[in-house]
Amino acid sequence: MQLVLEKRAERSNTIALISPLIAIGLTIVTMVILFAILGKNPLLALHAYFIAPLTDSYSLQEIAVKATPLVMIAIGLSLCYLANAWNIGAEGQFLIGAVAGSWIAVKTQGTDAGVWALPAMLVLAAAAGALYALIPAICKVKFGASEILTSLMLVYVADLFLDYLVRGPWRDPHGFNFPTTAEFDPVATVPLLIEGGRLHLGSIIALLVVAGAAILLGRTIKGFEIRVVGAAPRAARFGGFNSNQLIILTFAVSGALAGLAGIIEVAGPVGHLQPGISPGYGFTAIIVAFLGRLNPLGILIAGLFLALTFIGGEQAQIAMKIPLDVTKVFQGILLFYVLACDSLILYRFKLVFPNRQVARGTH
Amino acid sequence: MQAHRRMLDPTANSLHSGESPLLKTVGLTKRYGDFLANDAIDIDIWPTEIHALLGENGAGKSTLVKAIYGLIQPSAGQIFWRGQPIMLSGPSEARSRGIGMVFQHFSLFDNLTVAENVALGLDGKESFKDMSARLEQVSKTYGLPLDPKREVWQLSVGERQRIEIVRALMQDPQFLILDEPTAVLTPQEADQLFVVLERLKAEGRAVLYISHKLEEVKRLCDTATILRGGKKVETCNPRLETAASLARMMVGGEIKEVKAAAGRQTTVPRLVVNDLSLAPGEAHGVRLEHISFELKGGEILGIAGVAGNGQDELFAALSGERLSKDPGTIVIEGLAAGHLSITQRRKLGAAFVPEERLGHGTAPRMKLSENALLTGHAASGMVHHGFIDTAATLKTVDRATETFDVRKAKRDPEAASLSGGNLQKFIVGREILRNPAVLVVSQPTWGVDAGAAAVIRQALLDLATAGAAVLVTSQDLDELAEIADRIAVMFHGHLSAPLATSEATREKLGLLMGGSTLEPREAAHAVGA
Repeated sequence: MQLVLEKRAERSNTIALISPLIAIGLTIVTMVILFAILGKNPLLALHAYFIAPLTDSYSLQEIAVKATPLVMIAIGLSLCYLANAWNIGAEGQFLIGAVAGSWIAVKTQGTDAGVWALPAMLVLAAAAGALYALIPAICKVKFGASEILTSLMLVYVADLFLDYLVRGPWRDPHGFNFPTTAEFDPVATVPLLIEGGRLHLGSIIALLVVAGAAILLGRTIKGFEIRVVGAAPRAARFGGFNSNQLIILTFAVSGALAGLAGIIEVAGPVGHLQPGISPGYGFTAIIVAFLGRLNPLGILIAGLFLALTFIGGEQAQIAMKIPLDVTKVFQGILLFYVLACDSLILYRFKLVFPNRQVARGTH
Repeated sequence: MQAHRRMLDPTANSLHSGESPLLKTVGLTKRYGDFLANDAIDIDIWPTEIHALLGENGAGKSTLVKAIYGLIQPSAGQIFWRGQPIMLSGPSEARSRGIGMVFQHFSLFDNLTVAENVALGLDGKESFKDMSARLEQVSKTYGLPLDPKREVWQLSVGERQRIEIVRALMQDPQFLILDEPTAVLTPQEADQLFVVLERLKAEGRAVLYISHKLEEVKRLCDTATILRGGKKVETCNPRLETAASLARMMVGGEIKEVKAAAGRQTTVPRLVVNDLSLAPGEAHGVRLEHISFELKGGEILGIAGVAGNGQDELFAALSGERLSKDPGTIVIEGLAAGHLSITQRRKLGAAFVPEERLGHGTAPRMKLSENALLTGHAASGMVHHGFIDTAATLKTVDRATETFDVRKAKRDPEAASLSGGNLQKFIVGREILRNPAVLVVSQPTWGVDAGAAAVIRQALLDLATAGAAVLVTSQDLDELAEIADRIAVMFHGHLSAPLATSEATREKLGLLMGGSTLEPREAAHAVGA
């Protein structure tokens, strides 16, 4: 008896839907083993990770707040990945967006700038994120440089640039030498949706982005272009679609969305620019994009789920002294299983019983 | 020798008294999932015979020979070699036992020399010098001239095939399998190959010859085994059959005749190519050299030629996948189009069908409706203000299905799930339903079953009758003779002057395909060039 992987005639839509669930299931099983090895009660740990955050309003709002940048970035990345353009540097585009938007906030500090401040910050952040993403895209199109490497390396450039600004020119003079800008003025801050709560306008923007991407991919010729360039490049050229143009376009859009997410995070929950504004949103968003099947609605759900693991990880650290890094281990294992389970969309397992005649022939 | 020949009846094998077949399969079965590629096939190969394996694409010919050559393991059944049951672990074991194979698609390294390529295919116990000497000797003995020091990319397809054959012969096989060897040869080159095969037979070896060219099989082969849908239909003596009776066994029914409408009128020039020259887009590609022709409405121009002589490059230039610097080199419907993109050319009324169905003509993992949109978005009212009209794309699928008898499991399946013939009918249908003024089609019936091929050829004829200009590139001379009004030949990026089909004999076309010219005056000119 033999277990073989066999190609399906047509992709299985059922498996496409349940494959992320299988992946989550396998991840949880692996985590239980990991918790047991760490000497923690697996059931209590799972409760802290997945149940506890869902039981109070503060944590629920916090999940939405964490999901906001994840979903916005992942939507942009999904457009890149569908078009076979591998933007790994969303983290850098996020930071550059945060820096560019903060520039207005820092320069208008205490000047009673009007209500234009926040919209201007959002637009500038998106533009800066897009331009920053265009660097690897243009290098790819003009010189054939691997966008995976260049976009990833630019993350560290952005990270150090932000570090320089908040330790140097933009440091808050009254900040006891901490590397941070002053708190942004109210006109330069993303408004809250619930007085005294955590939920802010950015979550609404993220939902609009999801809706926009769903329409783009499902209904428009541009969305079709993106899908066909990734799925069958030669057929796309035959269809009259230019893959280089699409690399530029998808990188610019994903950079803009990452930059927008960056300024919303800084001008929203954080309130000022400082190092460490992102717990790796740009990288976690890659997992969100794939866990969500590169589908806008799927990304929304996956973004909320990954946000849950961030909050759950904090709770587990407080309640059970489980290191916060276990959250990253969890996310890594999850991506591994998602990609593994995806092979079931085009393949299926089959048990094969070798024929007796052949078996006899071998002896 | 003649006493050796057995009768039609397979039970009459006793004529080979005292001998056993060189190779015998009993109940050979290969299963891929639910699909039976080979269903209990029995075949006997005797020494000193040229045995044809006939069948349509997908009949299971390749699967059977791959099992015999050890490339795949059969799911059931048994292979006997000289009377002994064998289990081949792989091709190297098959070769060491004396089974050789020449594939349809060559496995040669373009940047290595002939001798280096041959050395790579042998087990390497002898020195390179000895091997080179043996290579020259084998190639001389069998009349397969080769220069061991030349690099492969400089060679013609026929010469490349010679390398593969010599490489196989250097291992002194008792049994040689050839997979559609004449598909890439000119008629004259094919004749030379037949001389080699006759000689192998006279030396007491056996040859298994895969083909679907029936006249060739009748001429060359002593026995023919016909496969259909994975099953063996019959083993017969092809010389006692007619081409029609062999075709019936292959297809399992009569094939519809393709009929051209009488008195087709040609109208205005719809596609004109003026002195088109284009450097190749990739290394070792073919340079297009001063190509000129004029194609009128109502006319079908056929382009013959051995694969790799610039046909792909010409298709890319005509379709606009590669642009020409000079707009005037390509004129569609009276407008200079050399600099226009494929979308703009479609808007002028041109339509294109490339050779590769999956991955070029269609996106394999996308639905038919999406593949209708792939070429229809330019000029078929499927897009309004950037939004896709899904109903319009589905309607195209339904119309193509109905008009061209596309068989599929559901209304809108993925392109990859259709059989080759049905997908080709969909692709040709998709373009014809756009009512093109000019249709450029490459290898329209390559790898397509006979029924679908007839539908497609008829559709091309009907399109020309309706007034369109049709350009057909094909390696199948019979196909061009059937539908084209004029035939031109591509060789090394040059296009010959078109011949009227009635004058285009196989001999003339074969000469042009091999690079000769027809008239001495022209020949002198060509040598000077």
